[in-house]
Amino acid sequence: MSLSEVKQGTAGQETLPSLSIDLWHHRHVLDLDDFTREEIDLVFEIADGMVEVLSRDVKKLPTLRGKTIATMFFEPSTRTRASFELAAKYLGADTVGLDAVRSSVAKGESLIDSLRTLQALEVDAIIIRHPCSGAPYIAAEHLETSIINAGDGCHAHPSQGLLDMYTLRRKLGDLKGCRIVIVGDIMHSRVARSNIWGTRGLGIKLVLCAPPALMPHGMAAMLEKCGLQHVSIEPDINNALQDADVVMPLRLQKERQQSGLIASIREYIRLYQVNNERLKRAQPGVIVMHPGPINEGIEVSRDVAYSSYSVIEQQVTNGVAVRMALLYLIAGGKSR
Amino acid sequence: MSASVILIKNVHLIDPSQSFSKAIDVLISGGIIKKIGKDLSDASARIIDADGLIGCPGFIDLHCHLRQPGFEHKETIASGSAAACRGGFTTICCMPNTNPALDNAGAIDYVMKTAASEAPQVNVLPVGCITKARAGKEIVEMSELAGAGCVAFSDDGSPVSSSRLMSLAMENAAGLGLPIIDHCEDLDLSEGGQLHDGWVAARLGMKGIPSAAEESAVARDIALAELTGARLHITHVSTRGAVELIRNARLKGLPLTADVTPHHLTLTEERVISRPDHAGAPLAYDTNAKVNPPLRTASDIEALILGLNDGTIDAIATDHAPHADEDKLCEFEIAASGISGFDTALGVLLTFLDGKIALDTLVACLTSGPARVLGIGASGAGTLKTSSPADMVLIDTKKVWMVEADAMLSKGKNTPYLGQQLKGMVAATLHRGELVYAGVPERISR
Amino acid sequence: MTEKVLLTSSDIERALIRIAHEIVERNKGAKNIAFVGIKTRGVPLAQRLAGIIQDMEKVEIPVGSLDITLYRDDVSSLNFKHVVQQTNVPFDITDRQVVLVDDVFYTGRSIRSALDALIDLGRPETIQLAVLIDRGHRELPIRADFVGKNIPTARNEEIKVFLKETDGTDKVAVVSVEGENNELK
Repeated sequence: MSLSEVKQGTAGQETLPSLSIDLWHHRHVLDLDDFTREEIDLVFEIADGMVEVLSRDVKKLPTLRGKTIATMFFEPSTRTRASFELAAKYLGADTVGLDAVRSSVAKGESLIDSLRTLQALEVDAIIIRHPCSGAPYIAAEHLETSIINAGDGCHAHPSQGLLDMYTLRRKLGDLKGCRIVIVGDIMHSRVARSNIWGTRGLGIKLVLCAPPALMPHGMAAMLEKCGLQHVSIEPDINNALQDADVVMPLRLQKERQQSGLIASIREYIRLYQVNNERLKRAQPGVIVMHPGPINEGIEVSRDVAYSSYSVIEQQVTNGVAVRMALLYLIAGGKSR
Repeated sequence: MSASVILIKNVHLIDPSQSFSKAIDVLISGGIIKKIGKDLSDASARIIDADGLIGCPGFIDLHCHLRQPGFEHKETIASGSAAACRGGFTTICCMPNTNPALDNAGAIDYVMKTAASEAPQVNVLPVGCITKARAGKEIVEMSELAGAGCVAFSDDGSPVSSSRLMSLAMENAAGLGLPIIDHCEDLDLSEGGQLHDGWVAARLGMKGIPSAAEESAVARDIALAELTGARLHITHVSTRGAVELIRNARLKGLPLTADVTPHHLTLTEERVISRPDHAGAPLAYDTNAKVNPPLRTASDIEALILGLNDGTIDAIATDHAPHADEDKLCEFEIAASGISGFDTALGVLLTFLDGKIALDTLVACLTSGPARVLGIGASGAGTLKTSSPADMVLIDTKKVWMVEADAMLSKGKNTPYLGQQLKGMVAATLHRGELVYAGVPERISR
Repeated sequence: MTEKVLLTSSDIERALIRIAHEIVERNKGAKNIAFVGIKTRGVPLAQRLAGIIQDMEKVEIPVGSLDITLYRDDVSSLNFKHVVQQTNVPFDITDRQVVLVDDVFYTGRSIRSALDALIDLGRPETIQLAVLIDRGHRELPIRADFVGKNIPTARNEEIKVFLKETDGTDKVAVVSVEGENNELK
C-alpha cells in the first residue's frame, strides 16, 4: 500500500500531498545517517508515484528530459547499475556509464581527476560505486556535481537501505514493533550499515547476527556512541531468529574462507544458514529479504529463497522506483 | 667553531640534566655554553632579551623521516631540517626507509655529507637499517654502518617479523653498544587495517588495527631483549597494554626505553571521522589522521601520559612523516600513512598537555631523555652544562598562532592540526652557538 | 491580501449540474464516458460530475486521478520541486470519450502536461476538457469544452478553490497577492 493509504487508513480517498517538498535539503545522497524520518517518508511518497509509472506499458516520462546522469562504477555490478540506469532513462534523462578499475596496486588516474572530467562534461548527477569506503565523500567535497552513493567499500549503500525499508513498508504497512534480523557477514556489509541508519525512528527492533570474526570489534561501541538504541547484537542465530518478522541473510563471499575469517563454507551453512528449519522459530508470516545476488544453498537455502516468504523480486522492482525518486529529488529542478 | 658571542638575558632556564629551573643569564661563546649565572655581561656579545621566554637544550628527535634519497617530492634533508630547526630541534635521527635504504656505509655517508652541506643548522644523525633493504631477510653489516656514523638500527616503517633475525640483530647491536629501535607491529594482525580497531572503524566500514598487533610485538621484543641483553628502544608506543608491558619490563631491570609521538598523546581515533573545520558537513574520512600506529582511544592517551609522567616512557619523538599532497588526497585505503610533525610538535605539546604533564617533564622528554636513549649525553647533547655545545632553544609559551599549510616549512602539509589554534612557539634556536632561527628579531640587539 | 468570495457552495453545485448536462448532451449520452481528474482538486470535481451523470443516466461512469508533476514543462527550471503523487486510472482509456477535469484553467500548461500523461496511458477516442473556473491568460492554444464560470482576473490575482473533500468547505474566492505567482495553472 502507498504511504498516503497508510496515513489515511483507507485507499482511494482524495488527500492533499501530506509532505512538503521543502523538507528536502540534500545535494548528495551519501548515506542514510543524515536523513530525517520525514525525508525518508518523502522519498517513499514519491516512489509510490513512480511505482505506478512502472506498471504501465510505456515507461517513459519527460521529467528529467535534457538532464544527463552519469554512472561511474569502480567495482563490477550488474543489478545496481542497471537499476540506476533504468531509473534515469524512465525519467527521460540521458545516461552515460563509465567503468573504471580500481585496485590499490594499479593506481592510474586519481579518483578526483576521473570525476573532474565528468564535471567538465556538465553531467547533472554522478552515481558512484567504489571499493574504498569514503570515496563518494571525497567526490562530494571536491566537486560541484551531485553525488549519489551506489555503494562504497563496506560503508554504505543508501539506495539499498531505502528500498529495503520501502519494500517492508509496502508489504506490512506500519513497522512499529517489527523485529528485523540481519544474518551473516556484517563486517563487510554496507547494506547492513545503511539499514542500521534507515531503520531509526520507526519503532523497529533490528538484530545483527554474525559469526564472531565477521562482526566488527567496535560495533557495540559504535551503536552506543551513535545512539542507535534500536539495534542489538545477538551472536546465536536461534536466539536471533526467535519471533523474527523479517530475516535478511547477507551474501557470504567465497573470499572470506580464503582469508580465514570462517573455517569453511560447510560450517557456515551448518551454523548460520537461513533455512526452513531455522525459520520455524520466526513469526508465521516471516518475510525474507536479500540484497542480491544470492548464493543459493549458502547463506539461504534454495527453497526459502524462492518461497512465498521471499520478497526478493519486489525489492528489485521497488529498487527502480526508489532510485527514480532519488534522481527526481537530486536532479530535478534548476541545475546549480 | 663559531666566533660569535651571544648573551641570553633573563631566561627561565629548564635543563633536566642539571635539575636547573630558574630565571638566569646564559653566555655562549666559541660554540659552547661559556657561563650560566645572574647578571652576566660581555661587551662583545649579541644580547637576546629572553625575559618571559623559556630556555632549554635544543630538542633531540629520535625518530623522523627526511625522505632523501629517493622521495624528494615529499621532503629533502634540507627542507626537513629547516622545519626541524624552527620547531626547536637541533639534533634529529633520520630513519632509513629511503630509496635506496640506508643499509650500507655509502648510503649513511651520503646522508651525512648532504646534511653537512645542505642542513648545517641541525645535527642529522642517521639510523641504519636492521635488514638489507628492510626486507626482513638478511641482517646488514652493522659494524660497517656504525663506522660510517649511524647511531642506532631500525627497519622503521616495518617491524622485523622474524624473531630469529631480530634476536641476531639485537646480539650484534649489543656488541656495538648501539640501540635497536623497533617499530612494533604484528603484520598478520594488522593486515588490511586502516585505523584503530574500534567504533570509528565499524562506523566507517574499514578494517581496524587491533591494539594486540602492537602489544604482541612489544612482548616478543621484550623477551628477546632479555635473552640478548640488547638496548631495545620501542618507538611510537600507542596502547595502554604496551605501556604496561614496558613498565613491567623496566621493573625487572631491563635496559628498555620507549618514545611516544605528540599526535598519539593528543588525538584519538575520532579525529579520522571529524575535522574541526568540517562541522555539519558529511562524514570526513580525514587522511591527515591516517598514521601507523593509528590514533587510538582516550584510555590509551591516559596511559601514555601516565607513562611519561612515571618515567616508563623516556622520550617524545615526532615520527615526522611528510607526504606529498597527492599521496593524501585520495581514498583513505590508498592514502599514505604518516603525519608531518616538525612544524607543530612543540605547539601541540604545550597546548594540549598543559596541566597533564609538567613543563619540566616535557622538556626532559625532548632533551635529556632522548640523549640517554642514544647514549650521547656524555658528548654534551641534551644538556646546557658549561662547556657543552650550545644547542639551545628559546620558547614563547604564550604565543598564539594558527597552523596553516602555507606557513609550514616542511614540504609535507599532512597534519591533522591544520586550522588548529595553538599556544606556544619557538622564539629562537641556537646550534653550536650560532643563531640558526630567530623568530623574534625584536629581542635581539646587533 | 484581500479575499473576496465569488462562488458559494450552491453556486458551485449549480455549475456542476449544468456542466454534467452539457457533457451528456455533447456526447449524445453517457455511454463510454470516463472522467479523469487532475490532482488535486480536479479529482473530487470529477467524482461529483460522475455522480451527477450516474444519477441522471443510470450508467456507471469510471473516474481516475492524474498526477501531472512528472510531466510539467518547467521541472528543469524551477528552484523548487513539487511532491509527486500517484496517478490512479484503473481502467482502460483507449477508445473512450475521456473528460479531463480541473478546478482552475489559466495558462493551459497544466492541461498540456495532462494530455501528455493521458496519452502515455492509452489512446482515447476523444479528450474533452471540463473546468470549474476559467480565469483567462492562456499561453498555449488550448480551450475548454465545458466551463463552470468565466472569471477574468489580473495576473497578480489568484483564484482559490475550496472543496469539501479536500478543504472542508465549498467556495471559490479571488485573492490579490503582492509579488510573483509561481503557480502553474
